[in-house]
Amino acid sequence: MKVAVCIKQVPAKDAPLRISESSAWIRETDIGFEMNEPDSFALEEALRLKEKHGGEVVALSMGPERAKQVIKEALAKGADRGLHVSDDKFFLLDPLGSAKSLAAALQKEPFDLILTGLQSDDQGFGQTGVLLAELLGLPHATIIMQIEAQDGRLRVKRELESGWFQWVEVPLPAVLTIQSGINKVRYASLKGIMAAKKKEIVTVARESLGVAHESTERVERIYVPQKTKKTEFITGSAKEAAAQLIEKLRHEARVL
Amino acid sequence: MNILLITEQREGKWNPVSFETLAAAQQIAAQTGSQVAAAVIGKGVRGLAQDLTKYQLAEVLLIEHDLLGRYTPDGFSIALRQAIAQSKPDLVLLPHTYQVRDFAPKLAASLGKGMIGDCVGYRHENGRVIFVRQMFQGKTAADVAFSGTPPWFASFQAGAFRGDQIQSGASAAAITPVAVELKPEQIRTKPLELFREAKQAVDLTQAPVLVAVGRGIKAPENIPMAEKLAKLLGGELAASRPICDEGWLPMDRQIGSSGQTVAPKLYLALGISGAIQHVVGMKGSRTIVAINKDQNAPIFEVADYGIVGDIFELIPALIEALEKNKAE
Repeated sequence: MKVAVCIKQVPAKDAPLRISESSAWIRETDIGFEMNEPDSFALEEALRLKEKHGGEVVALSMGPERAKQVIKEALAKGADRGLHVSDDKFFLLDPLGSAKSLAAALQKEPFDLILTGLQSDDQGFGQTGVLLAELLGLPHATIIMQIEAQDGRLRVKRELESGWFQWVEVPLPAVLTIQSGINKVRYASLKGIMAAKKKEIVTVARESLGVAHESTERVERIYVPQKTKKTEFITGSAKEAAAQLIEKLRHEARVL
Repeated sequence: MNILLITEQREGKWNPVSFETLAAAQQIAAQTGSQVAAAVIGKGVRGLAQDLTKYQLAEVLLIEHDLLGRYTPDGFSIALRQAIAQSKPDLVLLPHTYQVRDFAPKLAASLGKGMIGDCVGYRHENGRVIFVRQMFQGKTAADVAFSGTPPWFASFQAGAFRGDQIQSGASAAAITPVAVELKPEQIRTKPLELFREAKQAVDLTQAPVLVAVGRGIKAPENIPMAEKLAKLLGGELAASRPICDEGWLPMDRQIGSSGQTVAPKLYLALGISGAIQHVVGMKGSRTIVAINKDQNAPIFEVADYGIVGDIFELIPALIEALEKNKAE
């Protein structure tokens, strides 16, 4: 099975976010970046499918030069090849524009399966996988917690809300979006890291893909949300704060 | 402007976020001089359409077909495209559910249009509707506006609007059936039965106090400490998704969009950052206490009381204080 995994590079979880002067995005200097966590589960699932059924895993990422780092990480974990769609202003694209660009890059060769994480931890649009399926004319299923492949078809476990699940049969080729927690993500081994150095990463400029797109929506500004609730902060040593909190819960909020 | 609200039902039961989104649609309509139509989609759902006729609506679209009995993204997209062609809305609103995430971007893209998903509110400014959604896991908000020509698609998060604020109509709204053309071969995926995983060992919705742990708890060895605190407070232990994904606590302890929705009198969040997916499951709690080392953690947005500090110092301090109180 030939599997493509779409991986996004996002600000590290603990990165202190500061909004840029234009309010269009965050300040990217001085913060670390990492593989979008839901995408790391999608990558792991792709690697497991390859180990079980054979084939190839191609790691695809769009973004500025730094996005290559997540491709290298995927190669170190066992992906066979990398594909980097370079665009310094990637963050300005609307979800449909991003998906059209990724679809154009994926159309260059046939894949049996395309995986994405269910959403990104930065913009969190949560649309890329579904849009890719529509643009590539493929069936899809989302928020997947288990994949079984047999006879050119997949049987996948879709997560619904409030603890409900559903099995869905999906013919190949197809697109799946993967839910976090579907598997235990592996670490790259030293051997893997060494082997990755010999693996190929092809870079294509996004403009060269010939994607015609007029933006359907625009992020006008991002900002620190206004508080809707007044939070009373309790300070002091741990002992003082604990005593004060219990006092407040008892006599002010009256919940103890 | 014509607004079309697409409601959600499963096996004849309403998804309540449908009504919250209807309230949003009516509020936008009132401010923009628009009218709202509501759509019901499925098989044998005329009774549900009837439920909607009492509300202030221009009409209720009834989208029925034998092949729409079980949800599929292909079936729903094809049928809804036909409904949109018939009713010609400018703005299509949907509840932000897992099902909507599964088909709405596809539906919009099949018409060459975009969708602003997971909105928490809107503003009507200078004749435009600006949608507000969260980014960076709730650490920032974003104002997003549509460009290009309608129809536009947007979805609202659970809890963003109040379902009890729907306006009733002066007279019953008319039900307009949509003639759906759909063939079995157009549906590529095959949905099988719905099921729940292992039995729920604990019903968190009934607990008066919940002590919930997040990534900040760091290791499974630290969980008994939080459990002890929960016992002392007369409550149950709960968790955010990553903790259950790691297998440190069973899935039935998970709070949030993929787990339980709770509203205890006291919710104590320990080392939980407050990503949207968690907050939607607990923001209705009467009193929320958050303890987190990051003063900018979004969990403080919904907290009544906050302590910026180390949970590994504060949990033992709380246990000690409660035990001392008990002894007195």
